Amino acid sequence: MTTMILDKVSRWFGNVVAVNDVTMSVGPGVTGLLGPNGAGKSTVINMMAGFLAPSAGAVTFDGEPVWRNEEIYRRIGLVPEREAMYDTVTGWQFVLANAKLHRLSDPAAAARKALETVEMTESQDRDIADFSKGMKQRIKIATALVHDPQVLLLDEPFNGMDPRQRIQLMGLLHTMGDEGRTILFSSHILEEVEQIAGNIQVMVAGRHAASGDFRDIRRLMTERPHQYWIRSDNDRALASAIIGDQSASAVELVMDNGTGSGYSATGARDTRAALHVEATDVSRFVRALPQLAARHGIRLYEVSPADESLESVFSYLVTR
Amino acid sequence: MNAVVAQLTARSLLGRRRVLLLLLLPAVLLLLCGAVRLLAGQDTSVTVGLLGGFALATIVPLLGLIAGAGSIGPEIDDGAIVYLMSKPLSRHSIVRSKLVVAVAVVTLVAAVPTLIAGLLLSGTAEGLAVGYGIGAAVAGVAYCALFILLAILTRNAVVVGLIYVLIWESLVGNFVPGAQVLSIQQWALAITEKVIGSSAPTLGVTSAVSLGAGIVLLTVLVVGCTWFAGSRLRRLRLTGSE
Repeated sequence: MTTMILDKVSRWFGNVVAVNDVTMSVGPGVTGLLGPNGAGKSTVINMMAGFLAPSAGAVTFDGEPVWRNEEIYRRIGLVPEREAMYDTVTGWQFVLANAKLHRLSDPAAAARKALETVEMTESQDRDIADFSKGMKQRIKIATALVHDPQVLLLDEPFNGMDPRQRIQLMGLLHTMGDEGRTILFSSHILEEVEQIAGNIQVMVAGRHAASGDFRDIRRLMTERPHQYWIRSDNDRALASAIIGDQSASAVELVMDNGTGSGYSATGARDTRAALHVEATDVSRFVRALPQLAARHGIRLYEVSPADESLESVFSYLVTR
Repeated sequence: MNAVVAQLTARSLLGRRRVLLLLLLPAVLLLLCGAVRLLAGQDTSVTVGLLGGFALATIVPLLGLIAGAGSIGPEIDDGAIVYLMSKPLSRHSIVRSKLVVAVAVVTLVAAVPTLIAGLLLSGTAEGLAVGYGIGAAVAGVAYCALFILLAILTRNAVVVGLIYVLIWESLVGNFVPGAQVLSIQQWALAITEKVIGSSAPTLGVTSAVSLGAGIVLLTVLVVGCTWFAGSRLRRLRLTGSE
């Protein structure tokens, strides 16, 4: 088995709690660690990679602690988020150096294979400093694969990759997962995770918000109440019409007296009054709204989603 | 000692513009000594002043700082050290490899130029060139060990190192004799004094510590800093960009 376990793990930096009482188990196959920026994903990956001690709780790999245990790197490969490498050497020299640092029996063959896997053999003799972001990303992955690890931890691996490279990496992770390896990658983009991860772990604000099959989590996300900002020429009349309909659970009339906070579609502060609507049945609400407005002779100026940011989707999962 | 770590360290340390920085100070020393010899002729008191006051007191610690802190500090700052840390390597062996590279660099750009500067100024007279050359080499090892540790302990290693060299060793050491006891420069000078021999006091080459104390303190410092650096590297926090 190759299972990474976080048991009641917390990590704080001074007064800031980056990871709060997280318990999760990551086994063979591809697992996505999903969450908005600042959710604590990198902190979790750094603790799993043995680069950070948990402030409380324990991180173990097949029962062994990972912190201050250099031997685990024979079985773990890591693709860090940060781009810096020893960039005064060529791609080939760097991957070869990584193979030698692992004391592999045939470092040159291992380096060649890793570079072939990430399709970097053509550019391998150029200095890393001259590589594009996507190429650097692939060299980073080659260094993590060079010793054929059982576990691969990738921190935001798709950053900077073009669509073709993304598809190629997704295929690679899929294959490795199917081979029984434990692959964990972090991402703040739902679609990326959806495409390759069978299992996902959702982190929000340092907490473990949800885990399990992607489809279940997707359903939770789409079934949440949706919120809208609406401006019209008669907000009060529209408010009563909406609340009379069955598709919304709450309507708030936010005045421009400084007590409310209306925002325009562009996100800028709008000093005019607006309606804040919480729709329970989204498809019904979006069909009903124009009809209600027409029936009551109300002119709609603006209808914009108030909570479509990923953060709000995640927050919903946390507060459920 | 790991050859791959040493190789990567050497490439980073000597790559790009840093090599120019490393060559600038010895070039200044050699030009200055060449000019002094041409203009003032051979004068042992000038040689002692330049080798002791400039080479051993300024050039060696500054290059020790650049090579020592530079052999590991930038990779900790930019996160590239993760490629060494994610390997089944002893952290002590990473530190030792970096120390070997830093010492080799300081020997080449500080100790050897000090020897050459001594030869330019006074030839082989009184053993000054060899004495200061050996002193510079020994001091270089100690500075490298100290500044590698400092770079692992703090992101401000260069500032702290400069404070140690410029404020403690040079300024405080000049006015407070007791402070000289805790000065790498003085420990190395004890060795220089021994190499020069009986004429050292008359030439003004006197260390604040005895030879025995100097050797013991240097050994304790190098061994202690190297060991402590390795154990701190084991506990180095790599937190990424979040």
